[in-house]
Amino acid sequence: MDFINPTIEYAELSPLLIVMGVACLGVVVEAFLPRERRHVVQSTLAGVGVAAALGATIAVGLNLDPAGTDGAGQGLVGAEGSIVVDGPTIYLWGLVLVFALGGVALFAERRLEAGISAFAGQAAAVPGTDAEREASTKGLAHTEVYPLLMFAVGGMLLFPASGDLLMMFVALEVLSLPLYLLCGLARRRRLLSQEAAMKYFLLGAFSSGFFLYGMALVYGYAGSMDFAAINEAVVNGADNEILLMLGIALLSVGLLFKVGAVPFQAWTPDVYQGAPTAVTAFMSAGTKVAAFGAMLRLFYVALGADRWDWQPMLWVVAILTMVVGAVVAIAQTDVKRMLAYSAVAHTGFLITGVLGLQSAGELADGQVTSLQAVLFYLTSYGVASLGAFALVMVVRDANGESSSFVRWTGLGKRSPLVAGLFAFFLLSMAGIPLTAGFVGKWAVFTVAMSAGAWPVVLVAIASSIVAVYFYVRFIRLMFFTDPEPGAEVAEVTTASPLTGLTIAVCAAATLFLGVVPGPVLDLAVHAGDFIR
Amino acid sequence: MLTTLILVPLVGALVIAALPAANARVIALGVTAVTLGLGIAVAVMYDVDGGMQLTEQVSWIEAFGVHYALGVDGLGLLLVLLTVVLVPIVLVADWDAGDENPKAFYGWVLALEALSLAVFLATDVFLFYVVFEATLIPAYFLVGGFGKAGRSAAAVKFLMFQLGGGLVLLASVIGLYVVSAQQGTPSYLLSDLMALDIGTEAGRWLFLGFFIAFAIKAPLFPVHTWLADTTEKATPGTSVLLVCVLDKIGTFGMLRFCLGIFPEASQWATPVVVTIAVISIIYGALVAIGQDDVLRLIGLTSLSHFGFITLGIFVFSSQGGSGAILYMVNHGLGTAALFLVAGYLIKRRGTTLISEMGGIEKVTPVLAGLLLVAGLATLGLPGLSPFVSEFLVLLAAFDYGWWVGAFAVTGIVLAAIYVLWMYQRIMTGPTPPEVEATPDGTLREIAAVAPLMVALVFFGFFPKPLLETSNPYVADLMIHVGVTDDEPTVALAEEAGR
Repeated sequence: MDFINPTIEYAELSPLLIVMGVACLGVVVEAFLPRERRHVVQSTLAGVGVAAALGATIAVGLNLDPAGTDGAGQGLVGAEGSIVVDGPTIYLWGLVLVFALGGVALFAERRLEAGISAFAGQAAAVPGTDAEREASTKGLAHTEVYPLLMFAVGGMLLFPASGDLLMMFVALEVLSLPLYLLCGLARRRRLLSQEAAMKYFLLGAFSSGFFLYGMALVYGYAGSMDFAAINEAVVNGADNEILLMLGIALLSVGLLFKVGAVPFQAWTPDVYQGAPTAVTAFMSAGTKVAAFGAMLRLFYVALGADRWDWQPMLWVVAILTMVVGAVVAIAQTDVKRMLAYSAVAHTGFLITGVLGLQSAGELADGQVTSLQAVLFYLTSYGVASLGAFALVMVVRDANGESSSFVRWTGLGKRSPLVAGLFAFFLLSMAGIPLTAGFVGKWAVFTVAMSAGAWPVVLVAIASSIVAVYFYVRFIRLMFFTDPEPGAEVAEVTTASPLTGLTIAVCAAATLFLGVVPGPVLDLAVHAGDFIR
Repeated sequence: MLTTLILVPLVGALVIAALPAANARVIALGVTAVTLGLGIAVAVMYDVDGGMQLTEQVSWIEAFGVHYALGVDGLGLLLVLLTVVLVPIVLVADWDAGDENPKAFYGWVLALEALSLAVFLATDVFLFYVVFEATLIPAYFLVGGFGKAGRSAAAVKFLMFQLGGGLVLLASVIGLYVVSAQQGTPSYLLSDLMALDIGTEAGRWLFLGFFIAFAIKAPLFPVHTWLADTTEKATPGTSVLLVCVLDKIGTFGMLRFCLGIFPEASQWATPVVVTIAVISIIYGALVAIGQDDVLRLIGLTSLSHFGFITLGIFVFSSQGGSGAILYMVNHGLGTAALFLVAGYLIKRRGTTLISEMGGIEKVTPVLAGLLLVAGLATLGLPGLSPFVSEFLVLLAAFDYGWWVGAFAVTGIVLAAIYVLWMYQRIMTGPTPPEVEATPDGTLREIAAVAPLMVALVFFGFFPKPLLETSNPYVADLMIHVGVTDDEPTVALAEEAGR
């Protein structure tokens, strides 16, 4: 048997390699550096690593070659067909890395807890025991969170870039496992945090199993794991179509779980609430980008020719997701849970964009494509979500972060700036014009409408009205409601400049994308199509 | 020029937000005065022959076919002038409304002014939609932050209705994009869309979205329920901005977008719309009669007035169109005067309930006189400007069908009841001892509403400037819609004025 030496395109894959390399380096640092110096070194390392990867992404993006049969795409299929570096990949990489920068900045926040990070002192110490108290008096803090974060980022980069199902599965696991761990590492309310991690892990493991099963069935149908080969099999209409149908269904379960779509959304509120808020902030933005990137690639590249089979399924999922997310959010009394259900609703809006796939011949010259719409929506939602969760970090009472509605009452009078920014992010999520969220919403609704999915768009609009209600109600709570006399309320604690900068950048981006969306939309347009 | 007109109040709002609160009022007054000057300059530069003028056009979001496009025509000019005139008047009349939080109050008022002007000047549907929705944010914070108890619930109700309508409109705006993309290159420019051949069925659906949104905005029966709650809880000044400026967007939108882009569908919908308009006229007036809260009452009279305006628009004749546009201006002047004078009285009596006022006529004769003039204007007394527009609309309504006119005329009778009965209950009767020392209107208060009073009388006898501005626009619109009427309408209108 011949063994062919694989060729690896190191230059094009450099962002991925940098992130993974920094993650491994972080593990080494953890082993050899004394505890008191680790935080500074680890956070710097992670920050520099992400920045370097971002720089590499831009460099790669500027030098992509035209590719594809019709010249609509650009880039290359690398690593023996298992990793695809094309325009959409570059856009998604850039997005993930930008959110990762924000994530590192929030992870490094130590001012809010008076000189210590928001992560558990010693994860192995059982909550409420002497061991935990000892770890806390010694001022211990896990700095492993940085390598874990970097591994998760690596997985997120790989996920939407995978060129075959096997690589996609590996990426799914690489991005998920560190996140499960990170969710359980909160310093405060540890039981809640650990419960969240456990739930996330168990359900995530199940969904991975579904994905694996789906892979096997699709392999049985197409005789290959490769997206291009699967596409060919679908186009040529191989036998055993039932295998394909079941395969699509099971693969979708895995992906829909990751994005938090109904009926696989049950983990979202618990995990968003229990995880350390810095992790939630990064995860809510980053995971969504990576998972939707992967979903787009799978559905458009591998299964694009079979869209009449999966589009109806996505219609139903989109409608359910939007309605459940928006309606259940009304009943929440916790800011993080409200944002979690709003994330579910936004997943529905994103799927509305995904199902707007049309072939190039059906579109007018210069018309927005569903890929562009989803990419823009991911950008606009990501910055708003990252910013909103970062603001949740700084609103605190004596017991740490305070996310109960009651505590936020009248925040607008006590801290107009923080409440104003939070309201601004909520308005963006609600899709009010002159914010990024509006442009994103317009784009995904338009592509769905253009593809004839007007019932989904009508439901989306109805859900938007419901969603507006709970956002506006919360703004009213912050600005126009006075707290009960004597009630304990949350105050804004001064955060480190890094956190402040993250929030400021998110707010500026939300405004900028709302007023001048042109440049970023052009980026999405220039990203072109997926290549096979 | 038009961009400057929008930018001045917008920058003013930002300056107020940045500087200490003590300067807020002075800056706000200065900025609105400059804006007023710019508005007058636009009017001077405007050529009365009609058409879109002073146009500006820059590609904004290329991928969406969206332009930053502004322009002013007869309809837009009148509403721009109404806006720039009313805002400083409100600031002077409702002098201490923002004392609790001056930065927020004056900042939001200026932002509202800037966005409203942009709404009336936008000639790109996407741009219009953006600023149309964006006006709600300042309005929400003005209603929710200033006024009496229960205002935050009223603000939420207001915003939910408006955003609900806005999202319905969004569906139609998106539909327009899809239709225009199907026919070549997607574009949101009003001129492109007016030339677009939208299929009958698609056109009717899209029209529906636009009309629902504007009916909520205007408001019309049965989506008016936010109106009275909002005017009741908000300050009188905020109510003026909402009812006299923002609500005009509804009827403005009907003319510019419903008739402009969907002429066929508009005529198809006429019977239903006319019915809704007539119901609004009568229902609004009837409900107004029964109100005890003076601010609620004035709010509901507007429902009746918006019924008249919509009727004028949808009977499809030059008289009706000109009447409706005049009505929009006159309603702005008359209702603003009514709200502001009622606000003066509320401040003196400490209540908004009509049943608790009473008997102040002899103590404050000037205020009584102002209230009477504003009230008589509202009920359409000949010699005051609302009469002209009401007469034109009714004439057109009778022309459309005698039964429509007959029903609409009852609105005038009912108006006489609610205005005169309100005046009687607020002003006449034995003077209670505790109000003996109530001061009459101060110089500032009188000066604030004086321009409105002068305008009401002036345009009552001399409506020519208004008609000359609106007639070319209406004539173009009627040609676009495909309606010809052969009566010499201008001559008739002038007769009506005298």
